[in-house]
Amino acid sequence: MQRSVYLDNAATTMVDPEVIKAMEPYFDRHYGNPSSIHQLGREAREATEASRDRIAASINSRADEIVFTSGGTEGNNLALKGVAFANRKKGKHIITTKIEHKCILNSCEWLENEGFKITYLDVNREGFVDLEQLENSITKETVLVSIIHGQNEIGTIQDLQTIGKICKEHDVWLHTDACQSYTKTELDVKKYNIALATLNAHKLHGPKGVGALYIREDVEFVPWQHGGGQESKRRGGTENVPGIVGFAKAVELASNKRHIERMTKLRDKLIEGITKIEDVSLNGPRGSRRLCNNANFSFFGVEGEGLGMALEQEGVLTSTGSACSSRSLEKSHVLKAIGLSDAEINSSTRMSISRFTTEEEIDYAIEKTEYAVKKLRAISPIKKAKEVLKNVFGKSA
Amino acid sequence: MYSEKALEHFKNPKFAGEIKDANGIGEVGNVACGDVIKVYIKVNKKGILEDVRFQTYGCVAAIAASDALCEMARGKHIDDVLKMKYEDIVKELGGLPPVKFHCSVMGIQALKKAIENYKKKR
Repeated sequence: MQRSVYLDNAATTMVDPEVIKAMEPYFDRHYGNPSSIHQLGREAREATEASRDRIAASINSRADEIVFTSGGTEGNNLALKGVAFANRKKGKHIITTKIEHKCILNSCEWLENEGFKITYLDVNREGFVDLEQLENSITKETVLVSIIHGQNEIGTIQDLQTIGKICKEHDVWLHTDACQSYTKTELDVKKYNIALATLNAHKLHGPKGVGALYIREDVEFVPWQHGGGQESKRRGGTENVPGIVGFAKAVELASNKRHIERMTKLRDKLIEGITKIEDVSLNGPRGSRRLCNNANFSFFGVEGEGLGMALEQEGVLTSTGSACSSRSLEKSHVLKAIGLSDAEINSSTRMSISRFTTEEEIDYAIEKTEYAVKKLRAISPIKKAKEVLKNVFGKSA
Repeated sequence: MYSEKALEHFKNPKFAGEIKDANGIGEVGNVACGDVIKVYIKVNKKGILEDVRFQTYGCVAAIAASDALCEMARGKHIDDVLKMKYEDIVKELGGLPPVKFHCSVMGIQALKKAIENYKKKR
């Protein structure tokens, strides 16, 4: 059987077998509803609250500031809309960035249609937010700043400590989408002065369909999903108990500095090996300000979807920002925001590792990428000559 | 998403490459929009396409469509080749995602350009 090397862990991860084991009893034995007052209900309630404690501790918050959700998209929707609508009388201005996940950008677009004003901050070539522009954008009308912590495509980790300081000085709440960064770099809501943070489980070897939104006690907020008063009336709906238990277990297993160190080493090995191939560039920053599991490259003269399929045929699973990725025909807005040309965006490929990735898999991926790139360049009318590239890409390769 | 047949054309294209003594060349597309297809033809005195080759920068569909196009056009008379439609390629490939139909359209355009180029040269 052909081997498979999964390098798309920024999309989702394998559920850790230990997580599955922790979840199992909550399907058929402790299957009660946490709102029920009988024995089964109490068991479910205890498991939910123990999970809440663990997740709160991991970000240095209080347990009652954690609201369980169905995942990152719900958390981000809830944060933006919940704060925007609760504070309409105070101000209708929100600041975000051009490199947010689509669920933030599409929520913002929807809020604009509802009469809110949104500022989209620029980023530099490495994806870092312009802090001066942030400070200058804050007005009396501003109620919320929402900035992604670890960028999902290019791995940029924002300086939340400085951003938090700026928000505190100007008395606006800071929300961060921490879906990619959670457990992969420090997230301390007190230290960073974060008012809201979106977390999810399936990026860290937990199950899909569960996440959490941290909402600091002082944040004025209206619920978005009305129901039976669950989650201290902040999010209606019966709690996803097995999912919540699995989420907490996944956080426990992921919260280990050694995983970060190991992934960083493998990431750097991957970056080193891939950028040795002729005419390849790394998108996003290097070093500790990049997510430990993320790499993103542009392969000049090779189209991203084609490369992804050629790699898949060798068993290496990746992701592309190319407009040609066949479902959308939409170019990556993130790569655009960092100033890449259309040609560079169309030739981009993301490779994201996990704590289960091995060194041998990295070697295999590098070897197969080299092969696939060579093969596709051989049938391409775009010549590899640096002079031609210079004309095509408008910069020296 | 892609049919087995399209994937096979992409994985093992039989007609990739250039024809050194081609008597017609056609190219469409640009790197910015994602696809470039270049078609080389060798037409004999009877007007038959003796050889057809392609070079493509592009996605799976663009490469698969280019290869299928060459396979279908090879051995045909230019008059018949000019009657080819992009639907014929989509059919040959066992279908394509609708957003990818333009790749096969580009292939046809490149081939027709190559024939125009050949006619001008005569």
